[in-house]
Amino acid sequence: MATQTTDQRPTKAATTRKRREGTTGARWWREVSWRYLVALVMIAICVLPLLYVLSAALNPGGRLVGSNDLFGTVAADNFAELADRGFWGWLRNSLVVCTVTAIGTVLMGAAAAYAFSRFRFRGREKGLTGLLLAQMFPQTLAFVAIFLLLLTLADVFPALGLDSLLGLICVYLGGALGVNTFLMYGFFNTVPRELDEAAKIDGATHAQIFWTIILRLVSPILAVVGLLSFISSFGDFLIAKVVLQHQENWTVAVGLYTLAADERTAPWGVFAAGAVVAAVPIVLLFLFLQKYIVGGLTAGSVKG
Amino acid sequence: MSQQTIAPDGEQAPPQPPPRARGRAGDSSPARSFSRGFLVKLALVAIVNALALYGLLTAISVQQWALAASMVVAIVAVNWAYFSRRALAAKYLLPGLAFLFVYVIFTACYTAYVAFTNYGDGHNSTKQDAIEAILAQNEQRVEGSQAYPLAVVSQDGELGFAVVRDGQAEVGTAEQPLEPADGATVEGDRVTALPGWDVLDFAAVAGQQDAIVALRVPVSDEAADGSLRTQDASTAYVYESVLEYDAAADTMTDTSTGVVYTPDDHGSFRADDGTALTPGWKVTVGFENFTRAFTDERLRGPFVEVFLWTFAFALLSVLTTFVLGLFLAVVFNDPRVRGRKVLRSLLILPYAFPAFLSALVWKGMLNESSGFVNEVLLRGADVGWLTDPWLAKGSIIAVNLWLGFPYMFLVCTGALQSIPGDVLESARMDGASAWRVQRSIVLPLLMVSVAPLLVASFAFNFNNFALIYMLTGGGPNFVGTPVVVGHTDILISMVYSVAFESGLKQYGFASALSILIFIVVGAISWWGFRRTRRLEEL
Repeated sequence: MATQTTDQRPTKAATTRKRREGTTGARWWREVSWRYLVALVMIAICVLPLLYVLSAALNPGGRLVGSNDLFGTVAADNFAELADRGFWGWLRNSLVVCTVTAIGTVLMGAAAAYAFSRFRFRGREKGLTGLLLAQMFPQTLAFVAIFLLLLTLADVFPALGLDSLLGLICVYLGGALGVNTFLMYGFFNTVPRELDEAAKIDGATHAQIFWTIILRLVSPILAVVGLLSFISSFGDFLIAKVVLQHQENWTVAVGLYTLAADERTAPWGVFAAGAVVAAVPIVLLFLFLQKYIVGGLTAGSVKG
Repeated sequence: MSQQTIAPDGEQAPPQPPPRARGRAGDSSPARSFSRGFLVKLALVAIVNALALYGLLTAISVQQWALAASMVVAIVAVNWAYFSRRALAAKYLLPGLAFLFVYVIFTACYTAYVAFTNYGDGHNSTKQDAIEAILAQNEQRVEGSQAYPLAVVSQDGELGFAVVRDGQAEVGTAEQPLEPADGATVEGDRVTALPGWDVLDFAAVAGQQDAIVALRVPVSDEAADGSLRTQDASTAYVYESVLEYDAAADTMTDTSTGVVYTPDDHGSFRADDGTALTPGWKVTVGFENFTRAFTDERLRGPFVEVFLWTFAFALLSVLTTFVLGLFLAVVFNDPRVRGRKVLRSLLILPYAFPAFLSALVWKGMLNESSGFVNEVLLRGADVGWLTDPWLAKGSIIAVNLWLGFPYMFLVCTGALQSIPGDVLESARMDGASAWRVQRSIVLPLLMVSVAPLLVASFAFNFNNFALIYMLTGGGPNFVGTPVVVGHTDILISMVYSVAFESGLKQYGFASALSILIFIVVGAISWWGFRRTRRLEEL
């Protein structure tokens, strides 16, 4: 693949240049111009709802009625009111839950991938297949059982039971192996074994090899997995809604849902302000790292 | 890429030296060297052990035997893995596996188990608990029974009653039956002070009136002995159950009417005329939950509609997003279009915006009376985008298209770029038209890499709870069904409604529906898996 592109690049660039120069006048209008028209329409469709949210966030009117005048009035009142609704607490909960989940997912997934990649043990092949099979039953389908499990756990470990952020983190960590292990396993296999052999001869233990050599060399995939885990737990609504019961424990997804739930009485402006605050960092992160995320997407999570 | 991930271990992996031959393993026993890493490990394992031991003891005290057993397994597994020299791989696998077992595998199995029970509101616990609850709930004041001057007391926020019975001061709470209170100060026939307890004054009583009237303090461990209750917080009476449980015959008898209730096979005491006592208890009901959706008259119609709509929704979601994504990818793959990087960033904005927020924003924009679409785009039209059954379905597909096409666009763009240029070149030389090249060469080659993603996308949309719940909440609802379901509900949102939102919580039925979804999605994923393998072999 890599050699192919380097071979082709000069010719490709040459044809591109030739085509660009060659397509002018009528031919350009016929073959290229409509593509810009499509682009214009699609960009409008993509951006309009986002502009609408931004406009509603800046509109101090507050209700759904009257939020339609795009950027008619601009004020920061809604952002100020977020505090009264408990939004910042939800955001803090979300950040805590997603960060801890991301770190835990990366560590546990990396450890498992290391074991599968470097050790030969009984049941290794079966373990890999088993992981794939376990992943077939998505956690979203088991939310009733998760609810009942946490209900029972609450009697013994209240900190892990219903309505606890730690309990929610543990549920998310249940999916830490699965897809991530496969993603990382492939990457770990590309790290030459000679490196750990050499370290072993120098007297390094397997733990030292894992922490100081392997984890540094595979850091790109760790970042991707961590990020994907962060974004997916940030966007989870179903399990968070089932687990978290009291308002002060909600995550952003559960909290903002309640703000927008009833159209007639919803504090629409406040919701929009919250949506902007919650989404902008995620969107920027996404755009900034899009090429890594796209790679990870095709290998793992899906939306749409 | 996928081949790369699976293939290399065969050729690249030199045989791992057996653990015993490892370097200087023989003389560097961790127990003797006490390296920093060993101390960290020791501390972590100690913490896990302590927590698990605490869990074990608590589980035994609340009689959660399954939990206690799993704690024992956890303790053994952790100590074996981290102190044995042979369990090298287990050291790295254990943390992840522990979470996987508890929160994925166990919950999956538990879902299957619950699906065969009538677990839910009214059937939450064991038969013994149900009997006690029934006896307690059907208590009446015993006619002409003695009145006890009462002192309402509290301890750490828990309310209790203190009375003088047969010359002996006694105290009890809802949890703890009456027992002799040592050191109580009795003035007249009333307790006025009690060590370890606060005797509530008038103001405190007034503040918690409802809780005090609702409080029942069992007279003894026997539910049949009745309990103390009060109406005015100054006098307590003995209440006894109008129902009487006959342990030998296993029946409940109403002492006031003489009606006899016998246990039925659905975990309830039921009289001959069909009336049942609540609560009941949890029993296994076989495949009833699975067949219920097909046999219950009032449920069958809506269920079939939900079932079909789930398929239609998932299929249309994949189809529409893929077609639009592919179209855009082909359109903008032309090197003559400038600024494609910027274009791509703008087109993936809907994908970068968290999906649950998009759904809520669209819900506002599509609002019938004051949404942006009706008010501004359609100049004040009155279209019920989310309230008309068919329009709501259309809106869901459209919003999902908005959410999902960027993903397909990205994927297709990537796949198009990996199609070798010389193949296309030679097709063009052979005189194939642009359309023909797309259809006969680009699409088949594209499908090899994209098909698994389409299957995954189908599986995802089949369970796309957030979109449905946020956008329409499943509505508009069907009328006259025993659970709250609507025209746009898909199976997973129906499960949620059955489990948590339909008045009576029916965990058993909800779990059965979950299993049904799993079977459908699993079968389709498996089929897709096989198909894509065949595509790869081409």
